[in-house]
Amino acid sequence: MKIAVTSTGGSLNAQVAPNFGRCAYFIIVNSEDMKFEPISNPGTGMMGGAGPAAARLINDRDCKVLLTGSVGPNAQSALKQFDIEVVTGVSGTVKEAVDNYLETQK
Amino acid sequence: MKKIAVASGKGGTGKTTVSLLLTLIASKKYKVQLVDCDVENPNCHIFLGSFPIKKEKIGVFYPVINLEKCSFCKKCQEVCEYNCLLVLDDNVLFFPELCHPCKGCLFVCPEGAIDEGKREVGDICWFRESDNIYFNYAVMDVGEARANPLIEELKKNLENDVDLIIFDSPPGANCPMVQAVNDSDYVILVTEPTPFGLYDLKIAWSVVNKLGIPAGIVINRDEGEDKIITDFSSQENIPVILKIPFSLEFARLYSEGVIKADFFPDIEEKMFNIIESI
Repeated sequence: MKIAVTSTGGSLNAQVAPNFGRCAYFIIVNSEDMKFEPISNPGTGMMGGAGPAAARLINDRDCKVLLTGSVGPNAQSALKQFDIEVVTGVSGTVKEAVDNYLETQK
Repeated sequence: MKKIAVASGKGGTGKTTVSLLLTLIASKKYKVQLVDCDVENPNCHIFLGSFPIKKEKIGVFYPVINLEKCSFCKKCQEVCEYNCLLVLDDNVLFFPELCHPCKGCLFVCPEGAIDEGKREVGDICWFRESDNIYFNYAVMDVGEARANPLIEELKKNLENDVDLIIFDSPPGANCPMVQAVNDSDYVILVTEPTPFGLYDLKIAWSVVNKLGIPAGIVINRDEGEDKIITDFSSQENIPVILKIPFSLEFARLYSEGVIKADFFPDIEEKMFNIIESI
């Protein structure tokens, strides 16, 4: 399963970004083998609607879960339509966030 | 017909004061239309005596997707600079508060699946203050985020038979301010002789300069210590066209909704000079 984490940097050791639509990077982690792919977020430079665009981006990458600090209302309804599970209030490093999430799923 | 916009970077410098003085004084010789473009918080009407003769709702376009015709090709989603359309496999989500409304989606849809909807965003009012003064303002509905469609509507309702149109611009140097001053012949930049006033004057001037509109500075609440503004004026080569002295009595009347065009006797001649120099 693929998990998207908003991040301030391009590695698993970077901090989880507090915002969804305008975060610097998305780290897409595959929970089976913990391989990851960093994606620079085009939303940082968007005129508007970065939230729905970000939801589209992680949906296009087949992510089923999003770990982040907070999600705006527009992004929320888009993520709901895409049936992506959203976990907010997440902080620490990307790796910790993913480990903690997987722990709760056991 | 001449168009003058009264703008400032900083709020509360005296845009409305200058707009009203200019309107009242100019109306002695000319037919004037005053347009209050501060649609988030219009206040010119407080100082004028007349009641609206007409009031209309302002509606803006929004896309209505006909899912029967839609092929979910995503062309509308791609063209939207503000990401307000989200095309799913069997549905299209629309985020009204993100829509700017450019009608790009309507234009690119190959299936003709988008209809024109209208969403009410505020009111526009018409006044006839006197034989020589027309007055309009628009006011945004609570909860609306964008002022521009209302200013656009105000600008569609300019009178043809007037000599002078005065736009009282919203404060700031953002989209609504640009829309209010754009296409005017002259911009009056109202400031106060304080570091705050100067800081925001610089920003407002950078916008007006880029638009290529000639401008002049009005120093309001002047107590003689206005060197920071006059230095900027000579450095940037923008004339100081008027100084309005600080007066507690004028401020007290203003706070009661009273504006007296003849309060400062020497302003009248300078105001006519400004109008005639354009």
